[in-house]
Amino acid sequence: MTKRPDFFNEMFDGGSIRPAYQKITKWFDDLGSDTLNFKKAEAEALFRRIGITFAVYDDTGNKERLIPFDLMPRVFTQSEWSSLERGVKQRSRALNAFLWDVYHRGEIVRSGRIPANLVYRNEAYEPCVAGISPALNIYSHIVGTDLVRTGLNEFYVLEDNCRTPSGVSYMLENREIMMRMCPDLFRSERIAPVDSYPDMLRKTLHEVAPTKCVDDEPTAVILTPGAFNSAYYEHSFLADQMGVDLVEGQDLFVDGDFVYMRTTRGPQRVDVIYRRIDDAFLDPLCFRPDSMLGVPGLMNVYRSGGVQICSAPGAGVADDKAIYTYVPEMVRFYLGEEPILKNVPTWRCGEADAYKYVMENLAELVVKEVHGSGGYGMLVGPASTKEEIASFAERIRKNPSNYIAQPTLALSTSPTFVDSGLAPRHVDLRPYCLMGKEVRLTPGGLTRVALTDGSLVVNSSQGGGVKDTWIVAD
Amino acid sequence: MLSRTAESLYWTSRYIERAETTARLLEVAYRMSLMPNASGGHANEWSSILAAAGVSHDFAETGQEVNAENVTAFMLFDDLNPSSIKNCIRSARENVRSARPALTSEVWETLNGGYLQFGELENGRASDRELLPMCDWTKSQAAAVRGSFETTQLRNEGYDFFNLGYYIERADNTARLLDVKYYVLLPTIHMVGGGVDQYQWSTLMRAVSARRAFHWAYKGDYAPDKIAHFLILNPDTPRSLLHCAEMIDHHLTRLGRTYGTRGLANRQAMTVLSSLVEADIKSIVTDGLHEFLTDFITEIRKLDEAVNRSYLFWGQ
Repeated sequence: MTKRPDFFNEMFDGGSIRPAYQKITKWFDDLGSDTLNFKKAEAEALFRRIGITFAVYDDTGNKERLIPFDLMPRVFTQSEWSSLERGVKQRSRALNAFLWDVYHRGEIVRSGRIPANLVYRNEAYEPCVAGISPALNIYSHIVGTDLVRTGLNEFYVLEDNCRTPSGVSYMLENREIMMRMCPDLFRSERIAPVDSYPDMLRKTLHEVAPTKCVDDEPTAVILTPGAFNSAYYEHSFLADQMGVDLVEGQDLFVDGDFVYMRTTRGPQRVDVIYRRIDDAFLDPLCFRPDSMLGVPGLMNVYRSGGVQICSAPGAGVADDKAIYTYVPEMVRFYLGEEPILKNVPTWRCGEADAYKYVMENLAELVVKEVHGSGGYGMLVGPASTKEEIASFAERIRKNPSNYIAQPTLALSTSPTFVDSGLAPRHVDLRPYCLMGKEVRLTPGGLTRVALTDGSLVVNSSQGGGVKDTWIVAD
Repeated sequence: MLSRTAESLYWTSRYIERAETTARLLEVAYRMSLMPNASGGHANEWSSILAAAGVSHDFAETGQEVNAENVTAFMLFDDLNPSSIKNCIRSARENVRSARPALTSEVWETLNGGYLQFGELENGRASDRELLPMCDWTKSQAAAVRGSFETTQLRNEGYDFFNLGYYIERADNTARLLDVKYYVLLPTIHMVGGGVDQYQWSTLMRAVSARRAFHWAYKGDYAPDKIAHFLILNPDTPRSLLHCAEMIDHHLTRLGRTYGTRGLANRQAMTVLSSLVEADIKSIVTDGLHEFLTDFITEIRKLDEAVNRSYLFWGQ
């Protein structure tokens, strides 16, 4: 057996259980395995009945699947969280400042801090929104920051998600289920609540209504690709929680300077669109002409300030994996602050020195596509065979600038129920930061867990599960 | 409310009601088939429920023989039969899914729970898949959805669209159930009032869960005109055409008040309602029950079109 690196164990400090985990571990111990198994089955039945499913694109027929839910929560102390919170908010402000800049004067490029071609020739850069100023100059209204932990006070940002980060419904539903499964724990521990998220999101959407909207109460909607989308549950859940309409492209149309939805009363004006479809599908007249999901003419209305699109078209250029390496620089440049959260050291394969280093050390590194997501198209060196490494090397050779490489991080582990009982599994964390007139952040976020022993890939499409995330008073 | 959402609510309840009717039709056929049909009606019970459900053509396409086993499987589980209980439940769920924010989570969870359970029944023990348990199960599921809707849903426009779907479907379905009797009705007039005839009428009453109610209201005499009155013109019968027409008018009036307009749908509903109010049962029976029912089903179809037009289900 190969020796594994030492992973930070969030539950155990050497042989003893850390204070944050003591009560809960005892509670589960006292429960006994029969009751525990019963609760597990009950939780799964609840998820299924509530319909918290996601679709995986494969050919097994049963398209709706559950994300495995682990009953053991992941626990942070309030002081651990406070520092993360400041870091996430800081980073979200810097990313938005960057977006405004690159669609206007591009000072950060002019000052030589980021190469021009990396920004302006980036696939996610939308030339057609250059010069447009969205309300409050905010582009990314919901920023999902993927964090990993490697030590007691060591956190790294793995990637930023500035477009439409998903998963927040799991954060909320996981808590619902936990409160049903172990109410006594919630009575005895002081666990920060998360249920204000939909209210904060609605406030955020209302705050960024376009200037042309003079109503006290702007009309916000969620734009979904439809019931067959893998995240449809989340779209309908958020619409329900916020009390806004869940629309599809076919429900909207442009007339003159505004966007309207087709209602039983006739056309009704829409001011803010929280879209859960990609830029490319927003408007067939501006982007992909074959898109059936969008609204013809939408971009014209947006350009003239008749509607706000959240996140703003073009926001994707900030969460590109090649741009990622410059985020600490953005914090210093725009905010004049030192970054609180660290970046993982990253080699851009497009650069000659880095390319050479990466190709020589593939077995030690994690290599990702610059635009990839969902854990697809990546190489985890230490977990791959020689053949897999060789074939991936060939892909990098063909298009080096499409790849970045990072050292294999010693991700922390959190105790997780598996067949043999409680065992350490690797986890990450995605908090959801909301940008409106204020910067708002729900305590905690979504913890994803790699259920396979030793695996570092937490994506739900690759067999990952989720946990409730607790911030407990110190 | 989004027109698409209103349309989804309308169709959710239609499919739930249709699933229930399919179950009731199957029960009618099953009970009628227990009675020897020696003299031969227009057709046997099993083909008559296919005709009543409007799926004779779909069944013929399967190339199967019309018998108890085949028709039961077709009406319960067949993917190709738009009115099979399986398809109705699936369609209802798809519609609820696309209108989820407009319904309470109780309604969704009840319906989704039923959908999941149906899958288990279909793939489970053969004894659970038999006709009577499946029909009972379907009726209780429909009642559960209806109950959670009534107790949890806001009384807003969505409430009216959902109920509109129910009553339009129910009006259509009661007319069709009543028509089954026409298809199996004994050909010669002297058989009317005989034992077989009595049995068939009472079966029909049982299928609409109204056998005892009928006895209370009409003192037990299964005269065809009394039964026709009970199911067509009695405003107290929850499945009568008149009651359905009243409720359709009620919900459309509420919608008209909400929106401040009265349109095509309101006028068509008034037409249907007033023709029933003015009708008398003697002339319906004399002029031909089947013809009356066929006309009624056509009027209900027009009403459905008018609702679609009035509330923009079909685009601008």
